[in-house]
Amino acid sequence: MKKIIKKHPLAIRWFHWLNFPILAVMIWSGLLIYWANDVYRVGWGDKTILKFFPDTFNKALNIPYRLAEGMSLHFFFMWLFAINGILYFLYLLFSKEYKLIFPNKNSFKEAWLVLLHDLHIKKGLPPQKKYNAAQRIAYTGIIIMGFFMLLTGLAIYKPVQLYWLCAMLGGYEWARAEHFIFTILFVLFFLVHVIQVILAGWNNFRGMVTGFEVIKPSGSPGLSETNNLTETIILNDE
Amino acid sequence: MMNDEEKIVTDAQVRNKTLLSMLFLLVFFAGAVTGWKWLHKQPKDEGAPRPLRNALIANELIFENIFSNNHTAKTFSKKSAVPRVRVNGDAGMSEDFDPSSWKLEVIRNVNDTLRLSLDEIKALPKTEIIFDFKCIEGWSQVTHWGGVRFSDFVKKYGLDEQAKLQFTGLVTPDMEYYVGIDTKSMMHPQTLLCYEMNGAPLPMNQGYPLRLIIPVKYGVKHIKRIGSLFFSSQRPKDYWYERGYDYYCGL
Repeated sequence: MKKIIKKHPLAIRWFHWLNFPILAVMIWSGLLIYWANDVYRVGWGDKTILKFFPDTFNKALNIPYRLAEGMSLHFFFMWLFAINGILYFLYLLFSKEYKLIFPNKNSFKEAWLVLLHDLHIKKGLPPQKKYNAAQRIAYTGIIIMGFFMLLTGLAIYKPVQLYWLCAMLGGYEWARAEHFIFTILFVLFFLVHVIQVILAGWNNFRGMVTGFEVIKPSGSPGLSETNNLTETIILNDE
Repeated sequence: MMNDEEKIVTDAQVRNKTLLSMLFLLVFFAGAVTGWKWLHKQPKDEGAPRPLRNALIANELIFENIFSNNHTAKTFSKKSAVPRVRVNGDAGMSEDFDPSSWKLEVIRNVNDTLRLSLDEIKALPKTEIIFDFKCIEGWSQVTHWGGVRFSDFVKKYGLDEQAKLQFTGLVTPDMEYYVGIDTKSMMHPQTLLCYEMNGAPLPMNQGYPLRLIIPVKYGVKHIKRIGSLFFSSQRPKDYWYERGYDYYCGL
């Protein structure tokens, strides 16, 4: 016999897994578009440390000369990205799930402890519910980033009709740069997210697929910290 | 002890539920990949897979609703304009062009074409604009242009009836480059039949004697060296539209 606990509601799992291929297409088509004017780099003066993107990268992925294709994909999938994101946000608000995700007054202090813990500098974690403080900040941050992607995207899509939006974001060229930088941040988030999920293990991953997590009986051999956390959830809920 | 979020289940139940959900996720991803392949196999409509072409047209129908003559491209001071203006694209710019015999052909009706010299066009009030010219490739440049407002031109030559038609077509003298533009955007107060750049006559590679400047559109619509123009209720053919780009290209 096993004790299981509900973790992610069905709606959130749908939003999550739908977002994965949609975001992949948005980033891919974004690469096809960006190639036509690939001016961004990390460096100073004539010195370039990292060019976005190196020719080998573009060639390896067969990116060059596909601007039209990129634009038509981007301007179709933008609707799916926007609708999925907006529905997700509304769901969080109406289901009260947001209480588990949005940071609370302790989160910013506690996130530091989580970071020290994850880097194996310090043992033990403050008590938490579904998400720890660092996760709350990260997952709320990604929602804000998604919203910002929509805004910067709209600003460069309709810079004349939405001139006020474009001006608010610092003008046409800045809005394009912001749209690009936030895409890079999205990709970095994705990498960290995947690494964290791998480190957290199977039970946690299964939570986003099945919706439940298995709680191992306390005191049994192989009791891990994750299980301690789950225990904390139960205590907090009582 | 237990809240309603918890349940005691058998190992088999956990295993079955997990298997079923994982299988479902697998089917979901297989579906996504299949959908992606299907999309790319669809017949092309003017260079774009049909579903994507339909999406572009739908976007046009949605975003033309926020188009307004009151929404104007931001303008700049003369000193912000770059001295060396980028030249992009030479379709329609054949070598054998003879500017001395050039006249703008305005097709008013079948067998009714108005032929205008550059001096006749220059006789209309001049409008100047310094704005951020935006290329569909993603770059932009603050540039300085002068010419006749297209709406002034329409009024002066009594083209009001024709300008009620939904589209305007413009073609180079050699017919190698051509654009179709919604007439609403043509009548926008910043749209110019342009004969000056940086206060001097247009250079040959910028479309001498006459080009279009239409700040509510990407650069592809700013046709250089206009040979003729006409109005139509159908979409006139468009060079980059045929190559998979959006027809509207509205900013």
